[in-house]
Amino acid sequence: MNAGAAHGTVAGRTARSAGLVGCLHCGLLAPMGETDCLRCGARLESRFRNSRQRVWAWWLAGLIVYVPANLYPMMITDTLLATYSSTIIGGAMDLVTHGDVFVGLIVLIASVMIPVGKFLAIAWVMIATRKLRPGGAHRLHRMYEVVEFIGRWSMIDVFVVAILAALVHLGSVAGIFPGLAAICFGASVIFTMLAALSLDPRMIWDAADPNAQDPSA
Amino acid sequence: MNDRSSDAIGPQAAPSHDLIACPQCDWLHDVGDVPTGTRARCVRCRTVLLAPRRGAAATIVALATGALILMVVAVSFPFLDIAAGGLRSSASVMDAALSFALASGRMAPLSVIVLALIVVLPVARLCGLIYALGPLALGRRARPYAAQAFRISMRLRPWAMAEIFIIGVAVALVKVSSLAAVGFGPAFWAFVGLVILVAAKDTILCERSLWRALDRAA
Ligand SMILES: [Zn+2]
Ligand SMILES: [Zn+2]
Repeated sequence: MNAGAAHGTVAGRTARSAGLVGCLHCGLLAPMGETDCLRCGARLESRFRNSRQRVWAWWLAGLIVYVPANLYPMMITDTLLATYSSTIIGGAMDLVTHGDVFVGLIVLIASVMIPVGKFLAIAWVMIATRKLRPGGAHRLHRMYEVVEFIGRWSMIDVFVVAILAALVHLGSVAGIFPGLAAICFGASVIFTMLAALSLDPRMIWDAADPNAQDPSA
Repeated sequence: MNDRSSDAIGPQAAPSHDLIACPQCDWLHDVGDVPTGTRARCVRCRTVLLAPRRGAAATIVALATGALILMVVAVSFPFLDIAAGGLRSSASVMDAALSFALASGRMAPLSVIVLALIVVLPVARLCGLIYALGPLALGRRARPYAAQAFRISMRLRPWAMAEIFIIGVAVALVKVSSLAAVGFGPAFWAFVGLVILVAAKDTILCERSLWRALDRAA
């Protein structure tokens, strides 16, 4: 449905090129230079200030803590026979080989493929927007939307450890304890979420628009 | 909260309230009244600009109130228990959040974060929505600070992770099912219900349409 799409006189161009700044939350427009939205009170920014630097800073912070997240144990299992500590990848592989293949794959996707894919996708969007051919924005924007939507689901792994460590206290028979990887991994998920939130999607469309000029540049 | 009839800000005329900039690509659209049940999409990037629904505020307030009640049940009753070899162990939602802090002081910050993601922020979101949209649902004037409450609720959206927690619980149950017999407490079912209500609420919630409605009720 394309109900009530562009049919006005100012439509058919970007708000910035019309000297306006649009509120990201309620959609209301204000003259360029206004700092707060009149309707909802949100801060108005035609384009996020220092978006690139902030994205790269959070991206790097997320990548740095992702390394110990994979080296330290995520979970330590105590049983009558042995004490066994597993890393993120090890725990998922255990599920695939000994337990449930389907659930193992979900964990593998959530805790390995999504974080790694997210680092690559954010870096790709950042590098590709330096020079984008006209019409190239659609695919890049789709990639950004997927990253923004899916990134928070990586937190599954932290919650799995939280509930297992709270639940499995069966005296000397079995006990489960969280490992240091949990806090590193949780921090990594939060940092990459902040990287995605610092990325201004309008930047992708500007990069593919030959008429877009940054008035502040 | 502003007066719709105010016609000028300084030398430049205030842009019309029908005008919307796409939040994803900045393209301008002149979108007047969109019929309820239909959607207006950005012509450039296809982002949904407006998707008003009949009685949206009332439905959202009803779903949020239900979810809030279920959250109270979910945090105050037993969540899960396991039994193996004559031994029993149980956990509440609070135990799950606090498990990192109990294991090691170094991981206490993670417990604070988990508690925020699965209880505090979802509750704050629900309260904010009920406070801001409640009067709209009853056809009354907006409450003071309704705009702030609604804005903060929407800003918290990515950080409220109740639905991710319940998937994590499902994965944990698969891991533990080979080790012990699992029993479900009332809090477990309350949490599942809460996730369903929150998901239903979020699918009908169109932020920009509700801002227009709040504006009219101010
Ligand atoms: Zn606004
Ligand atoms: Zn758009």
